[in-house]
Amino acid sequence: MLDQIKEFASGFFVTGDPLIYGADVAIAMTMIAVVSVLTYFKKWTWLWREWLTTVDHKRIGIMYVIASLLMLFRGGVDALLMRLQLAVPNNDFLTPEHYNAIFTTHGVIMILFMAMPLMFGLFNLVVPLQIGARDVAFPFLNSLSFWLFFFGAMLFNVSFVIGGSPDAGWLSYPPLSGKAFSPGVGQDFYIWGIQISGIGSLATGINFVVTILKMRAPGMKLFKMPMFTWSVLSSSLTILLAFPILTVTIALLFIDRYFGAHFFTLDGGGNPMMYINLIWMWGHPEVYIVVLPAFGIFSEIVATFSRKRLFGYASMVFALMSIAVFSFTTWAHHFFTMGSGADVNAFFAITTMAIAIPTGVKVFNWLFTMYRGRISFPTPMMWTMGFIPCFIVGGMTGVMLSVAPADFQFHNSYFLIAHFHQVLIGGVAFGYFAGLYYWWPKVFGFKLNEKIGKWAFWLWNIGFYVCFMPQYALGLMGMTRRMSTYGWDRGWWELNLTSTIGGFLMGIGFLFQVWQILHSIKFMEKDTTGDPWDARTLEWSIPSPAPHYNFATIPVVDSKDAWWEEKQRLVQGEAPKPKPPLEPIHMPKNSGIPFIMGFCWFVAGFGLVFDWLWMAIPGLLGVAGCMLAHSFNYNTDYYIPVDEIKATEAAARRSV
Amino acid sequence: MAQHSAHDSHGGHDQGAHGSLKSYLTGFVLSLVLTVIPLLVVLNDWLEGTPAMVVLLGSAVLQFVVQLLFFMHLREEGKPRYNLMTLLLGIFILVLIVGGSIWIMTYNQVAH
Repeated sequence: MLDQIKEFASGFFVTGDPLIYGADVAIAMTMIAVVSVLTYFKKWTWLWREWLTTVDHKRIGIMYVIASLLMLFRGGVDALLMRLQLAVPNNDFLTPEHYNAIFTTHGVIMILFMAMPLMFGLFNLVVPLQIGARDVAFPFLNSLSFWLFFFGAMLFNVSFVIGGSPDAGWLSYPPLSGKAFSPGVGQDFYIWGIQISGIGSLATGINFVVTILKMRAPGMKLFKMPMFTWSVLSSSLTILLAFPILTVTIALLFIDRYFGAHFFTLDGGGNPMMYINLIWMWGHPEVYIVVLPAFGIFSEIVATFSRKRLFGYASMVFALMSIAVFSFTTWAHHFFTMGSGADVNAFFAITTMAIAIPTGVKVFNWLFTMYRGRISFPTPMMWTMGFIPCFIVGGMTGVMLSVAPADFQFHNSYFLIAHFHQVLIGGVAFGYFAGLYYWWPKVFGFKLNEKIGKWAFWLWNIGFYVCFMPQYALGLMGMTRRMSTYGWDRGWWELNLTSTIGGFLMGIGFLFQVWQILHSIKFMEKDTTGDPWDARTLEWSIPSPAPHYNFATIPVVDSKDAWWEEKQRLVQGEAPKPKPPLEPIHMPKNSGIPFIMGFCWFVAGFGLVFDWLWMAIPGLLGVAGCMLAHSFNYNTDYYIPVDEIKATEAAARRSV
Repeated sequence: MAQHSAHDSHGGHDQGAHGSLKSYLTGFVLSLVLTVIPLLVVLNDWLEGTPAMVVLLGSAVLQFVVQLLFFMHLREEGKPRYNLMTLLLGIFILVLIVGGSIWIMTYNQVAH
């Protein structure tokens, strides 16, 4: 009996690596600390009532941001471990197997569990406020999306200590990811972690398309929407069309692994290259999904801190929407070397080069917005300034990669690694950081410390170039991606060591940001204006943090930068628009079902990973039960009485 | 889900009654007919090879159109016609994905 348990445990838990044992201890201690703090301060009810069951878009947004920053930490540690391993030749810090697992989880976590939720967090925090709405179109679904993401991410992360991590690359190409070559449970964690959170991503896409199309304040025509809202619309539409492809592809991989089908195996009439074709049909739009909102963020920030209306509004909208559509026409550039012939490669090379055009339009629009503006450089603007040159270089190397014949040299080399990190860090990460700094005072009611923020900015920026510029050279010198070690005779070690130093500079930059947040929570003064940046759009017209109903009376919009125009009218001595009398506000009620349903999915997913039907079936029944319970729940909404609105507004004004 | 958007500003988006008994019956009969045709063609071996494929795919596409017009109420949508626009975008992407995959995989040198 004891031997059986021992045997089970040695397969169930990941063993044999001191790094993992250290992580086990750290995880256990963190969990004990969280549980005891919550119990000691009697916060369990508070946690459940105020956060776990909330359907308020602002709180869901905050939870997304917290979760994604934790994931940024984990993905960042993965990156630093890899850089440590590569710092010197013939290093045996990580075994090749461990290295494979680490680059796989680094990629999946950074894209799917860091960039996506941080993006959804910003959607949630900003969009309803920007369009003058009181919540998203489907608040319950919004909460469900979050919990599906959360439990999907947890399921994926559990693989770190239980069962073993996936190690077939972030896109899990067969045949390596098939049962024959990856018999362990790592790939199943990959499949179910992504599937469960993917349902949530798709639902969020639907939610924001409907919110933006149906819930804008009166007078806000489509062409009067703020640019960030436009970028969210384009990104959400792309999610709507791209994520089903991912779901189907991963489901086919699951059928191959679980039922022994032959979609992606060469024997039995399948073709692994079909997987590569399908996954990049999602994968390429995906990078535009995450970068489009960053473009929207930069547009808001550049206009605000240049004190000018955004240059070329219509061309900006056109660029966003055309990128959203044409992102679906370039996928084959990820596998020029697969051998589909000159015609196919030429077509996809040209579409890839063409998609650089609308992106170029946007860069010029930002520059022209700044031209003759009264520019100031607080941290959000600094990140924008860091972004523009970084993204231009990243875009240029992208155009180099799009030249199909040349790509046969660059393919899967460190040149490629440097390119996509440059657009994803320089574009997406810098963009979301800029957005977080910019909207932080709206969400929490105080600005983040500028001085520490500038330290973080410079560390990140210098660290970035020190880390990735050498990798372009390494790629041209023949270093391919995913190699876990190399010899002294290659002549690569100086550049690799430099790159590692850059990686650690970015890590220190991240620590500065953590310090900045903690320091600001303790020391920063409360923002009493609700509009600390003297900004242009509606979210700045209400107190910070926004009351839970957002707008006491729904604003009427008659121009693009509605709040800016309103302020200009006040400056010129015009009387403010008379506000209509307060009415009771219709709001959605909190619900525990999304959390429970997410947990049931986790149970079902865990059961499916280990092929324990006794666990998977009750989990899925729980999911069905939650759906049923919600279908028969008619008690979903309530009205906030006028007196309560008056009291809340008065309290907010006192602090204003 | 009961939403609070309707009274904000966009009231009046209701498109009235969804269809009539007559349109539902027409749709029902049409979809039955379009199901029976391919079934008969295949079960009775009336056609083979390419002609059979054409009939099968043709009735599938018509079936899709019937669903959209009679049950999804695509005709009765108020302006702006978001459903129609997203449908067209969706069909564009679908054609691109299926056509693109066939094109890429047909000329794949490794698979042959």
